[in-house]
Amino acid sequence: MLYTNPEYRIMGDRALLVELGDHIGMDLHRKVSALFLALNDAPLEGVVEIIPAYGSLLIIFDPLRTRPSLVQEQVRAILKTLDPSRIPEARTLEIPVVYGGEYGPDLDWVAGYHGITPEEVVRLHTSVVYHVYMIGFMPGFPYMGELPKALVTPRKETPRTAVPQGSVALAQAQTGIYPSRSPGGWQIIGRTPRRLFDASRWPPALLQMGDQVRFIAVTEEEMEGWEE
Amino acid sequence: MGGMKALEILSPGPLTTVQDMGRLGFGRFGVPRSGAADPLSLRAANLLVGNREGDAGLEMTVIGARIKALRNVAIAVTGADLQPAINGLLMKMWRSHVLRKGDILSFKGRRSGCRAYLAIGGGICVPHVMGSRSTNLTAGFGGLGGRPLRGGDVLCCDSPGRHLTSTGKSLDSPPPICCSTNQRLRVIPGPQDHHFSIRTRDLFFSSLFRVTPQSDRAGIRLAGPPIKALEGVDESILSEGVVPGAIQVPGDAQPIILLGETATGGYRKIATVISADLPLAAQLTPGNSVHFSAVSLDEALEAARQTEEMLRRLRSLETDL
Repeated sequence: MLYTNPEYRIMGDRALLVELGDHIGMDLHRKVSALFLALNDAPLEGVVEIIPAYGSLLIIFDPLRTRPSLVQEQVRAILKTLDPSRIPEARTLEIPVVYGGEYGPDLDWVAGYHGITPEEVVRLHTSVVYHVYMIGFMPGFPYMGELPKALVTPRKETPRTAVPQGSVALAQAQTGIYPSRSPGGWQIIGRTPRRLFDASRWPPALLQMGDQVRFIAVTEEEMEGWEE
Repeated sequence: MGGMKALEILSPGPLTTVQDMGRLGFGRFGVPRSGAADPLSLRAANLLVGNREGDAGLEMTVIGARIKALRNVAIAVTGADLQPAINGLLMKMWRSHVLRKGDILSFKGRRSGCRAYLAIGGGICVPHVMGSRSTNLTAGFGGLGGRPLRGGDVLCCDSPGRHLTSTGKSLDSPPPICCSTNQRLRVIPGPQDHHFSIRTRDLFFSSLFRVTPQSDRAGIRLAGPPIKALEGVDESILSEGVVPGAIQVPGDAQPIILLGETATGGYRKIATVISADLPLAAQLTPGNSVHFSAVSLDEALEAARQTEEMLRRLRSLETDL
């Protein structure tokens, strides 16, 4: 739910967690985005970093330059006049994906779990526009939602020690893309040739909080030609 | 990038990376802070050789590197005691020395701590990526080519000659390096301590935890009595931003002290190590044991001020050559 009054919790001596709600949803996302934009437009004294997420913002500060109680007061004042409708219009990006086979080792398992064909999983996954709620876990990893109900799938019981770069994956009602090789517990159904993260580019992450994403099924041959 | 060739890595040891004070302000892209796990030791090493505190140095793990000087440079080694030696002769830590062209810096074996820091007069010159020279190993950027150092790597630094005059500076009472048994870490409870019963919180604060070999720059993984969340709460929470020092408790009920390699996390945090004790946490090695004690925000701030005061005294030190 979207909290009527935000919860403020300290995380150690140099961070304040501002919790605006506790679910995955657009109303909460808009409020998080609006507060994030407001705090970027008018930075608070002593604040060194703000990490927005599904339902919260973590405000990291220099403990010798400000205090959590002061930051909390300042945030409370900003929230009073915050207009969550004033966030920029979302961009829509298309992400090509080769589904199944060596690129999507869990596609058949996901299909079996839901009692549908792999083709139906692909059709469902490409049937909706996803919203990028946050970037986290590793540089450039987009947390997107929500999956069609028929695709809501638990995480793998035993996480993989290495998931290849570009892997497109599912976990509960979320879908995401691994920007670089890493351990991971999500179900992998395909792979994209797009580079999700490139430190030499600005912005470094291909997808950003607030973007909209549509997946397009492509063949292995088409993927070859997709290099940026 | 620029700079003059100053050091050649002959052998890197298990994990040696270029780090500075880390990368702030890019958490919205999922980019974590990285940087020295024990920032105090790197700041002090930099000050000892006349650098700015935020200059880049080397973080070496457990064994340390073997390094040859390609020109005369000022150096200082701080942090874990891995027994640094110049041409085989033990050198004093927390003091600046001259490494002459052809000299070999090596480490004779770990006595305490986990991570040693090497500062070089002029700082290590690698390009700034998103405002920092720190290595991000997950995404492979920053530092030297986004990777750990290897044999044959050459490190450059900026006007090393200017720093030779600052050698001889030393810190007579270096900050304590962590104890191997029963190290105390001060924490502030939360932000999700209310997801644990009072009995479990008591257990967390009264138990000794062992540091496991799975620990790395991402986090210090502990083993101890199960710190189970309240009945009926999900195994994970909605992902949210995290800071180094946050102690997350995943489904297996074994706490992990996060260091600087992750920007967000989806596990509940029972407590967070105070800034002043992060250097101690970063020096824990597998087999060490640790316990937690809760302090107030005011106590944490007082401890942070003492750290800054120590560094201020170091900045004003005169060379005693």
